[in-house]
Amino acid sequence: MSGLKREGDHVHRLEALRGTTPQQPHDARAIAALAANPGCARRALMDGAGVDKDAAARHLGFPAPFGQSPFAITRGNVFEALVKADGCAELLRMLRELLGLPIAEVAYHDVENVGAHLRHAHTRTLIDRAARDEQDAGTLYDHPLLSLEIAGHTAYLEPDVVAFQLGGRFHIVEIKSFAVIDGQADPSAVAAAARQAAVYVLALRTLLEELGHDPLKVSHDVVLVCPENFANRPVASLVDVRRQLAVLRRQLTRMTALDRLLEGMPEDLTFDLRPDDDGRPTRPVAELADALRRTTARYAPDCLSTCDMCFFCRDEARQEGASDLLGRQVRDELGGVASVAEALGLADGTRDPAAGQEEIARLLRNAERLRKECLT
Amino acid sequence: MSLLTSLARLRALDEGIAQPIATVRHFHLADRPMVFIPLKLSGEAAAPLAAMLGTDRDRPRLLVVTQPRNRDLRFAWAAKLAGVLLPYVEGFLGDTETVERRNADPYERAIDAPQILVPNQAGVAFVRLLGRSMRFRRADGPYPVPESVPLLGRWLTYFAERAAYPGSSLMPAMTEELGRHWASGQSGLEDANLAALLAWITTGPSDDTEDPLIWPPAGPATDPGFDAEVLAPAMESGSAERVTEALRTQLEPAWRLMWQAIDLLAGLEEGAGVVSRWEQDRGSFSGMATHIAEGAPPQPRRDGAVAAAAKLARMERAQAAYDAQRAYDDPLVMAEYRLTGEAFAGEVIGTDPDNTEGEGRSRKLRPLVVIKTDDSVRLAPGTSLGTPQRHAQGAELVSAGEGLVTLKITKGMGRGRTAAPGAVPEIGERVCYTSLTDDFQGSPALPDAEATPWTHGGPPQEYVPDDEDAQEEWS
Amino acid sequence: MTAGPEQVIRNVLADLPRHRGVVVDSPPGAGKSTLVVRAAAHIAATGEPLMIVAQTNEQVDDLVTRISGKHPHLTVGRLSAGGYVPPLRMLELPGVRVGTRVQDLGDPDIVIATADKWAWIGGRVWPWAIVDEAYQMRSDKLLRIAGLFERALFVGDPGQLDPFSIVDGDRWSGLSWDPLQSAVSVLLRHNPDLPVHRLPVSWRLPASAAPVVSRAFYPFTGFRSGTSEGDRRLELATGGMGTPHDRALEEAARSGWALLELPNRHTVRTDAEAVQAVALLAERLLQRGAVASSEQGERPVTAERVAVGAAHRDQVAAIRAAGVPPQITVDTANRLQGREYDVTIVLHPLSGRRDATAFHLESGRLCVLASRHRHACVVVARAGIAELLDAHPSAEPVQLGVPVKFPDGWEANQSVLDHLSRHRV
Repeated sequence: MSGLKREGDHVHRLEALRGTTPQQPHDARAIAALAANPGCARRALMDGAGVDKDAAARHLGFPAPFGQSPFAITRGNVFEALVKADGCAELLRMLRELLGLPIAEVAYHDVENVGAHLRHAHTRTLIDRAARDEQDAGTLYDHPLLSLEIAGHTAYLEPDVVAFQLGGRFHIVEIKSFAVIDGQADPSAVAAAARQAAVYVLALRTLLEELGHDPLKVSHDVVLVCPENFANRPVASLVDVRRQLAVLRRQLTRMTALDRLLEGMPEDLTFDLRPDDDGRPTRPVAELADALRRTTARYAPDCLSTCDMCFFCRDEARQEGASDLLGRQVRDELGGVASVAEALGLADGTRDPAAGQEEIARLLRNAERLRKECLT
Repeated sequence: MSLLTSLARLRALDEGIAQPIATVRHFHLADRPMVFIPLKLSGEAAAPLAAMLGTDRDRPRLLVVTQPRNRDLRFAWAAKLAGVLLPYVEGFLGDTETVERRNADPYERAIDAPQILVPNQAGVAFVRLLGRSMRFRRADGPYPVPESVPLLGRWLTYFAERAAYPGSSLMPAMTEELGRHWASGQSGLEDANLAALLAWITTGPSDDTEDPLIWPPAGPATDPGFDAEVLAPAMESGSAERVTEALRTQLEPAWRLMWQAIDLLAGLEEGAGVVSRWEQDRGSFSGMATHIAEGAPPQPRRDGAVAAAAKLARMERAQAAYDAQRAYDDPLVMAEYRLTGEAFAGEVIGTDPDNTEGEGRSRKLRPLVVIKTDDSVRLAPGTSLGTPQRHAQGAELVSAGEGLVTLKITKGMGRGRTAAPGAVPEIGERVCYTSLTDDFQGSPALPDAEATPWTHGGPPQEYVPDDEDAQEEWS
Repeated sequence: MTAGPEQVIRNVLADLPRHRGVVVDSPPGAGKSTLVVRAAAHIAATGEPLMIVAQTNEQVDDLVTRISGKHPHLTVGRLSAGGYVPPLRMLELPGVRVGTRVQDLGDPDIVIATADKWAWIGGRVWPWAIVDEAYQMRSDKLLRIAGLFERALFVGDPGQLDPFSIVDGDRWSGLSWDPLQSAVSVLLRHNPDLPVHRLPVSWRLPASAAPVVSRAFYPFTGFRSGTSEGDRRLELATGGMGTPHDRALEEAARSGWALLELPNRHTVRTDAEAVQAVALLAERLLQRGAVASSEQGERPVTAERVAVGAAHRDQVAAIRAAGVPPQITVDTANRLQGREYDVTIVLHPLSGRRDATAFHLESGRLCVLASRHRHACVVVARAGIAELLDAHPSAEPVQLGVPVKFPDGWEANQSVLDHLSRHRV
């Protein structure tokens, strides 16, 4: 009983954190990004509460440095259309080759054709039917609407993948517009695609399980479709996402354990942007910044490419003179010394090492001695 | 990165200005470098958009693809690029010197070599892709291109390959070179922004350097905001001039930064080992030119088993040599090894220049040297040592502890019964010894590609570029 | 029912003439050397010459000694590089000759050398080869010597550290002959039909350790201990003084594992307190007169039977300097590969770290450190590793066409930590 109450409590607290700001939907990209910096309490709380970090950062005067070029967007759309043209004819050719399957003909279901409100139920029915019938000829499901439980509420995933099914086995197909050149692609782009595909694999497995089927009917090998070399011609590769699945499961488990983070927070803490009727935030910036500073961030330069809040947190780290600014490696190397001034004080001997700092102090003094010797 | 560099970064952050982490320049800076700043179209693997390039800081050439989705315009751009780069590269082929080799025929080596400077690592990667997209094309058959395009493709491939070779200066990435000589007060990730890094080194950090409206990125990716608000409308307008002028605004700031960086680096004295590394670059460059002249096919798409192993061996050898040479050339780099206990420096407080080991005919001269040092030495007795003060000398650690190190000299003191004058350091001399040495052991032979063993897939099919390669689509 | 170890060895020997290559995966202490010695004798008995490839001089010397000891009638040639000084014991072995050239060796039944030395040999082809520690051998080394033999037995432990390079080899990733991959990976990618056998029993790891190591580092293949609970005993002759160090030793003697946990603190790598604790544990272990009894009988745990392991060289140097009894081996995981002791004391790679790097998380590193012992393993770590793992960002790049390697370092670390937490002092 008490367990139930606590869980309800924490959902309620997360809602209070978000306040009147509309909930930011968790798409696959956002869910995949949960693992980008799991040690950051600020981010965990904002994500858990469904706060729109991009909007918050803009309101704070620290807009995120991310943007997508219209050329890249067009290119992506053109490529996807090409792959899916004629009922995914091109995709089918590649699946045949890649999976070594004697696929004569497959059905093509665009789940998008039923209205949005029905799409999830429709997806369930289609998948259920397919999983039952092992003799079924292949089917491609375009825009299936899948869902996952995140921190106590259901997130519907943007249906930008294709699920392929043959003989009761499912593969997630992810179409991306970065190029595969002579068999190699940008490893960070592939990693991002693999993390996103893992979200769909997990969602589809969860769905099968709910329907009473074996979740392992969904393969951990996802099909990644990219343009080959410098042309528009697509090429498919299999990507094993077992590691990404393991990471994802861990992160989703952590999201249900946000109570621990909430415990230390004042009851009235909220990240509410107080949007007006037009959705424009009205909350005084200083007040929002204060609320955010009550939570501990774990800034690292890697955040600059993964988190909307990065400039706000970097600014905070600068004001604190934190050695985090210089990167995880430097921070780790400095032992327990967190601030720049402290480290330099130990190095030039103007500060006495506190208990436990004797070693890093000795190392820093040694480094300082060597630098002085070489530069004078 | 060592604690020494971390300390320099902390100091930089505190003082608001970058700190030196090298006392000499560790790469060759050519008399007449070619600065090359390429831009690519967002969302595409290697669709060129523009490039600013040239050897004269006052007269940059701007080459623009005013409609990047038009294949003909791209080929024309590639041909124009070849028209600038090939004469520059080939201009170094005329003057050569004859190099004698042991157990091999002498060969001709260029007196000087081209140097193409790009802003950052991503620039090198883009050059590699440009090379890849051009080198298989043909002047005949379908989609013909001018002959200069595949030739340029081969050279660009060569330069980008060479950039991955430790210590090479044929295609340096500017942010990398700056970062090897100065520690900024920001992270290594942020150092990839040329404007930001240069600001740290010259005037101190400024948030302006991250504002693409003030300092557009130095390529090859363009600012998405610029793409949306300026470039896309310009292209839609159909006005080539408008597109060209828009791209000029993105490239000119980076052009100025590149030359500013060159001036900065030129102000550093060149390290002693740079000459020999540049000599290798010149030799490699001449080798590539010969290769092309002899009609060899373009570089394959990927390395075969034997080629990969051979390249890895050369790269590892180059890396070891580069690390050792930088330490020997630069006390500040050596200090990193002193900090980890792999090197030590101090004053000679005792010598026994006539010490010998063994008896009778196997009696050998082994002068002893005792050094007083403040460094904590983490080397085991018996470790081989070298010294920047006497490159030819070899020594061996006898004992270390309590601030005193005893070593014996084993090599480089002449053939006489007593050590040659100057071979044994004098009392009072400051010396430095390290376990880091640049002794090349030589690497064992690899099989010929045709003899690739069964463990590695057997002999590969000979690579013959075919029509399909040449016709590869450029979307 | 999986085949017993004897059956596996027979299957391996039976497969030899049937395939160009045979691979045997051997988890820690599963009798890899025994297999190599037996296979060597088996091949030599056919009258055909055999070459054996090992990775280090110590490994070569060890194999020479074992083969000569077990099969004194065989003639063995030990090829070595110029500067190599053979240990005296080897020169006294019957039928063993040492030389720098094949011609100097007479015409022995077996020629043994390191892979580096073999790479300089040419002009002759052996009908048979045995490649030992083949998972630690880089494939470019195999490329240099594969022309020397017609068929080969590859033996190694897939769970230990992968080979590495000082240069970035991403350019070759995805290629089936990527020179930075292990010899076995490349061999199997080109010859996927070759038989792969697994030695199923660890004779080294006690019943307390085999399941832990198997679960964490060999999740798909698994192995078991050759001894049962109670077969191995570790007793401390003198009483303890109730210090944490003594209690850790007592826990390790009782259960085979102990985690001496220091207060949570973010430290430099050469954390003095942790280093001191490691040194003290080693000293106390000898002082308390540990006695190990096993199927091999009863013997005192002398300094030679104890090893101290750490991740970094500077940690090793600091531990040595902290007064560890001099006969005790102190080394990095890298150099402890393939070795065996009664008791090991390990400085946990993640102790005192704030962020884990790929280096720290590499599963092979922890696997080596946690699988060198016949009786007990004592781990020294600062509290907080669980939180560190929890906070670890997952953004490893993914290369197309490169098979995913298991186990994942994170999962392996978590699994071991989970077990250790039950033996916390």
